[in-house]
Order: sequence, then structure tokens, then C-alpha cells
Amino acid sequence: MIRGDELVVFAILFVGVAATGFLAYRWRRADLRSLDQWGLAGRTFGTVINWFLMGGDLYTAYTFIAVPALVFGKGAIGLFAIPYTIIVYPLVYVVMPKLWRVGRHRGHVTPSDYVADRFDSRLLGLLIAITGIVATIPYIALQMFGIEVVLAQMGVPVEVALIVAFLILAVFTYLSGLRAPAMIAFAKDVLIWSAILVAVIYIPIRLGGYGNIFAHVPTKLSILSYKSYMPYATLAFGSALALFLYPHAVTSVLASKDEKVIKRNAAFLPAYSFLLGLIAILGFMAIAAGIHPAKPYLANAAVPELMASMFPGPFVGYIFAAIAIGALVPASVMSIASANLFSRNIYREFFRRSASGAEEATVSKIFSGLVKLGALLFILLVPTTYVINFQLAGGVWILQTLPAVFLSLYVRWLDRWAVVAGWAVGMGLGTYWLVQEKFAASTFALFGQTNYEVYIALAAFIANMIVVVGGSGIARLVGAGIRTRLTEADYEVAPTGA
Amino acid sequence: MPKRRWALLLLIIPFVSVLYPDWYSRLQPELAGIPFFVWYQFAMVVLGVIITIGVYALEAARQ
Repeated sequence: MIRGDELVVFAILFVGVAATGFLAYRWRRADLRSLDQWGLAGRTFGTVINWFLMGGDLYTAYTFIAVPALVFGKGAIGLFAIPYTIIVYPLVYVVMPKLWRVGRHRGHVTPSDYVADRFDSRLLGLLIAITGIVATIPYIALQMFGIEVVLAQMGVPVEVALIVAFLILAVFTYLSGLRAPAMIAFAKDVLIWSAILVAVIYIPIRLGGYGNIFAHVPTKLSILSYKSYMPYATLAFGSALALFLYPHAVTSVLASKDEKVIKRNAAFLPAYSFLLGLIAILGFMAIAAGIHPAKPYLANAAVPELMASMFPGPFVGYIFAAIAIGALVPASVMSIASANLFSRNIYREFFRRSASGAEEATVSKIFSGLVKLGALLFILLVPTTYVINFQLAGGVWILQTLPAVFLSLYVRWLDRWAVVAGWAVGMGLGTYWLVQEKFAASTFALFGQTNYEVYIALAAFIANMIVVVGGSGIARLVGAGIRTRLTEADYEVAPTGA
Repeated sequence: MPKRRWALLLLIIPFVSVLYPDWYSRLQPELAGIPFFVWYQFAMVVLGVIITIGVYALEAARQ
């Protein structure tokens, strides 16, 4: 049954906000036939714009569905998203300005650009590009899944509606590049902050206060059991290490106009962590409200159903629009980031070395559409559990690029073959452990220690690091040369106003 | 060579504050009916912000 009042508000907001994406190409007008302009908006974003963009990019609509769903279904373990998004920012503060600095000197658009330069290795650049693309596509698919959940809640036929949403997304990204999600991020934030603040004030009033909510949540769900300590800590730590290795996160960092923008936002972005925490608490509220979400979405529909049971139709439409628009921002940035990996690090590097800047940008624009089409087919044709499993695996895989992308900023004696070998070991072991868990869990009993299960990504990463450090040590001992295209000057502070 | 950036050591505090759940996975003391486990982590978000702003200010002051 279609819920008319919800749908009208939803449709007006969704189309209205998406329209700003179509017009975003006029904003800070420049020649969008270059990858620097289309894919990085000319590297001109200041603190405020970047705060909105990164907030929209990193705290995705899927997160807003999945985190409270995990809290609803499994309790306190789902709150690992809070420590995760606390500790990611000290890392960002220290590491990302350095990556930005080298990128600015050398004109890097992707993490793969940096790695190829840093190790003077086309192979390593290619491996990083492929890992990034493969990890990102299921992530885009899950953004569409976020849209699907709220559409289904409104009784809309999801296939048709998803295709419409896809077309809107594909066209504005093609036209406006990174300017579009940056502009949409403003409206998305107004909607999401207002919706959530109303929800976390009003719903507890209806449910008799926070004390009463937690009185309805069994203790085994409201705090961690002893066995969950290790999964909780390793999931938080491993996820924090992985987040800024994702191509879309690197894209928004490189779009900053200077290092101060990155450092300031390392301080201000936790406002979204607070918001995410509040959204996680909605999972507890859904338990207390006695929500029983039906198939096929089960726990993923817990929060949408909670909203529908608490608020009048038009406001439910408003909340759902906030979630769906929240999906457009990350989906757009992710498709831009993976398209840049393809055009720069695969197409130009291996097929058309003579490609001009304009050709490169055109390939990116087309590939960004293809990536989203792939994600759309993924979500329409593949059972959702598999898509979620793929995204889980994507997190395990992307962490294996850390030695190449982050560690190499600090440790000059890394050997490129050792980094390749470490990547292979990490990918292989991580995938093996995922298969052993049948992709159903992200933690496993390392050395059979069932009381101390650890996040698969982190365990694979440690094996990766042992190979990288050991292998590089051996390479130095036998006197292998250090290969790089970078010079000391590339690591130094970029001239201001450059 | 760049000068030593001692202020960055402060950034270890957020890690220590949340990566050892044995400390804070408790119900008591509650805050307005919210378990310690929950409100403590919200408090640590705020602490993380204060520390990062502090580090930024210290670094800016040295330049």
C-alpha cells in the first residue's frame, strides 16, 4: 500500500535537493573537462564546505540504517561505531595532511597516483586501484539499499523507484562532478540533523524517558559481555585504520584547499560521530517501543518502522527523504573516486599513455556512470545479504593497502616488492578467514581463542605488516635499491596560495 | 628538519579512552537512566574534540 502523505513530502524534498546537483556545475565555474576540476572541484574547498562534504561522504545513509539495525539486533556491540569514529580523527590529523601535501606537489588525484609515484611501481599502483574499486562498488550498492529500505517502507515499487534514483544520481554526477555532492551535502545535513534531533527528543518523551527506554533493554544488550570486548575494540580500531584508505575519503581530503582545512575538520567532524551515536541509540528505542520489523528487511527496517510508528505521515516522509538524500552524497563521491582510479591508474597508465586531460576526464565521467550501473544491478539482482558480505570483505581488503598508502609516508626504506607481497598475504589470509566464517561474521577466533575473537581485517593486516617490514629489512640487507619518483621537496610544505 | 611535534602525543588519549572496553562496559553510574557504557562514549566524543582543537591551537601557537 502506498502511503500518499509520506510519499508527497519525500518526493518534493528528494527531487528538489537533487536538482541543486544538476545546477552545481555553475558553482565556482571552471572548465569541467579536466579531472582536477570535475573530480576534485579544483582543490579549492575550505573548512566549511569540506566539513559538509566529508560528513556526507563518510557518514553514509547505509551507516544510518545499519548501525541502529545492529544495535537493535545484537545490542551494545553495534555501538563500536562510536569509538571507531572517535579514534579515526587523531589518525586523520596526523596522516592526511602529509598525503595531501605530496598530492598537491605532484598533482595526485587518487591514492593510487601517490603509490605509483612513491614506489616507482606501476604494478603497485594498479593493485591499489583495483583494491579500491572492488571495495567501493558494494559500498555504493549499499547506499542504494538504504534508499530501497525507505522506499519499501512507503509502499513504493522499489525497482522502478531505484532506477529513477539511479538516473538522477548518474546525470548530476556526470554534469557537475564533485561539486554536486558537495552542494547536496548542505541540504542533506539540514534535513538529517533536524530529523534526528526531533526524533531523539520526541521519541523518549513518548516512551517515558531514557531511563524507561533502557529499563526495557535487557542488560545483555545494553552493555558488552566479556566475550565482546575484543571484537568491540578490534572492530573499532581496524575500521578506523581503514576508513581513510577508501578512495572516496581520499578524494574529499585532496579536494581541500590547504592542510589547515584537514586539521580543523579532524577536530570538527566528530560532531557527526555524536549524531551517529544518537542514531545508534534509536536501535535501543526500537527495542523499547516493541518494534517487530517484518521480512525482507528485518532489523534494517527497525528504525524506519520506529519512525513510522511515532510520527505523522508528512514528517515520516521528511525523515525518509533525509536518509535517501544522505545516500546520494556518498554514492556520488564513491563513484567519482572509483572512476578516477579507473581513468588515471588503469586506462591512461596501461591502455592510453598519450591520453589528454580532457580524454581522461571524459573516461572518468563515463566510468562513474558504469560503476553506479554495476552497483544498481548488484542491488537489484544479488540477494542483499551477499551485498552486505561484499562490503564487509571490502573493509578487510581496503585495510591491506595501508602499508602502501600510509606507512610509506613515514618509512622511507619500505621495499616495493615487500609491499606487494604483504598486500597479497593480507588479501589472501583475510579472504580465507572470511570464507571460513562463510562471510557471516567479521570477527574470528584467532589461534582458536574463542574468548578473544578479533576483527578479520586487523588480523590480516598484522600478517601483512610482518611481511612488509621483514621483507623490506631483507631487501635492505641484500642491498636492493630504494625506488621512488618522489624527492624530499615533495614532502615539504606546499607554498601557500599554490 | 621539522621541529618535534610533542603536542601530537596528546592525540593518544582518545585511543586509550575507548580501546579498552573492560573499563567502561558497565551499567553504573547511570546518567538520567542511561547506562555508563553509553554516556561515557558520548563524553569521549566531546573529549576527542577538545583534545584535537587543543593540539591544533598548540601547533598554531608555535608557528
